[in-house]
Amino acid sequence: MLRTGVMLAAAIVLFGGILYLAHSHGPRPDYSHFNGEPVHLIAFSGIMHGVAALNPESIIMLGLLVLIATPVARVGMCIVGFLFERDHLYTAVSTIVLLILLYSLFFHK
Amino acid sequence: MNALDFSLILLVSSLAAGLLGALSGLGGGVVIVPLLTILFHVDIHYAIGASLVSVIATSSGAAAAYVREGFSNIRVGMFLEIATTLGALVGAWLTTRVPTHAIGIIFGLVLLYSAYTALKQHQDIITQRPDPLAMRLRLKGTLPTGPDTHEDYVAQRVPAGFSLMSLAGILSGLLGIGSGAVKVIAMDQAMRLPFKVSTTTSNFMIGVTAAASAGLYLRSGYLAPALAMPVMLGVLVGSLIGSRLLVRVHVRTLKIVFAVIIVVLGIEMIVSSLRGAL
Repeated sequence: MLRTGVMLAAAIVLFGGILYLAHSHGPRPDYSHFNGEPVHLIAFSGIMHGVAALNPESIIMLGLLVLIATPVARVGMCIVGFLFERDHLYTAVSTIVLLILLYSLFFHK
Repeated sequence: MNALDFSLILLVSSLAAGLLGALSGLGGGVVIVPLLTILFHVDIHYAIGASLVSVIATSSGAAAAYVREGFSNIRVGMFLEIATTLGALVGAWLTTRVPTHAIGIIFGLVLLYSAYTALKQHQDIITQRPDPLAMRLRLKGTLPTGPDTHEDYVAQRVPAGFSLMSLAGILSGLLGIGSGAVKVIAMDQAMRLPFKVSTTTSNFMIGVTAAASAGLYLRSGYLAPALAMPVMLGVLVGSLIGSRLLVRVHVRTLKIVFAVIIVVLGIEMIVSSLRGAL
């Protein structure tokens, strides 16, 4: 299941990448100074709007989000697995891990 | 240079990194940041973001295979992931505070240390002593050692293992690496788990740890899509090819080759940081 998540993410990133390269012209972006990515590529709403508009960079970001979500989903599956085994200790342990992961994705800033 | 040429160069270099990383078992992620910062003069924050993304990609790809083999211990991994993910949050926060040259020096030192541990010979010290804390947390299992034989094990020194795992998490979050080496040391040396269990469990933990800091990186604007795209795809393809070729290669030689490369990059990171050129 992990593998499908990664492959899906890679496919989205590849699609966005091809679009990006097809539409790019001029010199490549300068990464030598850190400015932080613009808001429309950081917030979920911004990313989804961009995807709807077929903006290449937003599509790549969506792929990256899917990639990050893959291990999170894996932890979710472990929770279900432990629940079925009636392993309450590890249901709790994996839930803690999941909460930490969700905090990083949603509640920061 | 235009975007296409740059992306292609990144793709090929990342592929090489992923390939060598998979073949030597050391993970390609660890050379991505030095590659990007030293060769391509990418700011270290963008580099760390791209590297972390490739760590998630390669470890999630490989992790499924390890769990199937029955070596990795999910409970041990999950319990220790509390430490690594919390550490990753701290590390990701630190990365926004710590000056670039300090990150560079720490990175260089970690590289040198990884090269050292990669080449060190190893000896299993398995014990079945029922460590009380480990028993309460059920940090124990069975390792198949042959077609009909197996060996029981119990984790030892849980607090020490937990603390080392937090450090692994902090390094992962700060530097954008998988910290596989530190994780293995925590489980193998501190907690006396069998080596095969340590390495396979570490592999499946790496992706979760990286995801913990990746969320923060994304929200802080460290993930540059056009940069992460060729790097992620390159490392992923490289490591998939590498794991296919694994049976046919002499791992020890590759470990030495990769270790030498890592040492050179490590020294370069430290020197560049001290010169302020990073």
